[in-house]
Amino acid sequence: MGVARYIKNEKDEVLDVILQSGIHIKPIYTEKDLKEVGFDPEKDLALPGEYPFTRGIHPLGYRSREWTTRQYTGFGTPMETNERFKWMISHGQTGLNVAFDLPTQMGLDSDDPLAEGEVGRVGMAVDSLRDFEVAFQGIPLDRIGVGLTINAVASIMLALFQATAEKFGYPKDRISATPQNDILKEMIGRGAWIFPVKPAVRLIGDTIEYAMKELPRTNPVSVCGYHIRESGCSPVQEIAYAFQIANTYIEEVLHRGYQIDDFVRGFTFNLNVFGNLWEQVAKFRAARKLWAKNLKERYGAKDKRSLLLRGIFGGGGYGLTKAQPENNIIRGAYYALAAALGGAQTTALCSFDEAYTIPTPRAALLSLRTFQILMEEVGLRDTVDPLAGSYFIETLTKQMEEKIIEEMGRIDEMGGMIKAVETGYVQREVAKQAYEFEKGVQKGELIKVGVNKYTEGEEMEVELHEYRQESAEEQIKRLQEVKRERDNRKVLQLLKDLEVAARTEKNVMPYLLECCQAYATLGEMTKVFKEVYGEFKEPSIF
Amino acid sequence: MEKRIRILVAKPGLDGHDRGAKVVAQALRDAGMEVIYTGLHQTIDQIIYTAIQEDVDVIGLSIMSGAHLPICEKLMKKMKEKKIEDILVVVGGVIPKRDIPKLKEIGVKGIFPGGTPFDESIRWIKENVKPKS
Repeated sequence: MGVARYIKNEKDEVLDVILQSGIHIKPIYTEKDLKEVGFDPEKDLALPGEYPFTRGIHPLGYRSREWTTRQYTGFGTPMETNERFKWMISHGQTGLNVAFDLPTQMGLDSDDPLAEGEVGRVGMAVDSLRDFEVAFQGIPLDRIGVGLTINAVASIMLALFQATAEKFGYPKDRISATPQNDILKEMIGRGAWIFPVKPAVRLIGDTIEYAMKELPRTNPVSVCGYHIRESGCSPVQEIAYAFQIANTYIEEVLHRGYQIDDFVRGFTFNLNVFGNLWEQVAKFRAARKLWAKNLKERYGAKDKRSLLLRGIFGGGGYGLTKAQPENNIIRGAYYALAAALGGAQTTALCSFDEAYTIPTPRAALLSLRTFQILMEEVGLRDTVDPLAGSYFIETLTKQMEEKIIEEMGRIDEMGGMIKAVETGYVQREVAKQAYEFEKGVQKGELIKVGVNKYTEGEEMEVELHEYRQESAEEQIKRLQEVKRERDNRKVLQLLKDLEVAARTEKNVMPYLLECCQAYATLGEMTKVFKEVYGEFKEPSIF
Repeated sequence: MEKRIRILVAKPGLDGHDRGAKVVAQALRDAGMEVIYTGLHQTIDQIIYTAIQEDVDVIGLSIMSGAHLPICEKLMKKMKEKKIEDILVVVGGVIPKRDIPKLKEIGVKGIFPGGTPFDESIRWIKENVKPKS
């Protein structure tokens, strides 16, 4: 939802506007407001590409390079997903973001009894190297960056991706993968966790360490505020929690003896766009500035590249509605606008049929066209950070900054993000706000067009993406083939080596790579980790 | 004093989207019911075990991944085996309209897709359940 609360009188005059972040918006802003918040154009703004990067991380923004578009894509078998990848690229998409099915996300093979009914349903099924070989067939991996929306088993999938790319002849220093690899946000708001917090964070440390040395163009983490906002938190909390999560991963790597400038430039963010436009734009500007300050002041980063907040700012699902789904096309356009005004490097949209199904080709294409129209026709490439200097936006940016710092401080007082998650503090906060928000909508205090206002009109028939049970059957057959044709003795030995490495806290990545190359399955490798690390126990929040 | 309705809010299967389940759990609690929330990644066996242990009147499933038909079929079958068919089963989440009759056929009496106002689902549960004495 993310909409502001409007206090009106009987004449429908707006008396007050309260953003979800708690900030009140005034009818008029002048230079007095800038003075009041202590706005200093040199310290707070500077030029794009210059510290503190409020205006953007690149000096020329979209003038030098259009943003990357990567719609979340994947379903059924690797073959079906490969076809959709190619289709999207042929229509102008410039990057990939792979969706995996739930068994894959949870480290289960397609023939696992727990996978029944879920194989290929919400994303592509992946069991072994054979599947990635099919999925990325004919995709120029040295030119197209690949996002892998995978978390608990991100280490395994990254190794799998490297094995695939190398098999196709791409050198590992040319490929660019971005595994999402953010387990703390899973525990807060997405739920695809497996192992307990500390070993899960250690695995993330392993991938960052490995990428630093072996995969220079790979971004080993995409820290997600997105899902926490989907779960109910405010835009201020989205940034505060994302930054504290990122700080946790930073500290994991620093503990291994590395310098901040060795690795942090590989960090990216996944942030959400929906609801009030101004709040989103101010959020992104404040976030860039605070990330740079965080790295400089908290960690002493000296390399300019370490200070840049690179991110996918994507149109979130929570802003969209099941009622009057065509409205979501329009919402998507506004969210894309907010992302562009906020200076996103990469973007994506939840498609208009989000509340019903995984995207049909028609819906996915509309999302791409939204971006292309914005950049080619409406003028978002024209100039960098066009809202800079606005009395309103600069005041709001400073106010958002203050609130984010405050919220980050709360997590610090608690002893950091791991503590906050293990005790359930963040989860409780988020669940409470989600409830308050839903009550607000049901009471009509928070307006959602088509849901509680302007509900007249015919219901639209939404074309559904059909789940094919045959895809699951094909997948299981292929899995059984792979297990028959590979060198099973070798796989057994490599899995044993992996176990020893995990138990002795060695970096597991090289061992995973060998396992993947020998066609060990995702389920087999995950099972090793489960035996070594155990499983996460959700804290009770009620 | 009227016996409070005991309802299990469960997340079956692999789906990790629990915003709706947690929001509904809070609403049911505020409506005076005793809510037991299972947390994520529950197998059907675990759900049934908890339902029996906690002696609930209602099992509420929250399913956002589209797998509601296979999951509910499994649950109803196991409930028959365990002879607990007197427990009311309701389901919420991402449920296309065309699947509602199919769910009713397998024995899911109450279906509340995402966006159903709290008043509606709470009223329905109160009218259709008989709290065990």
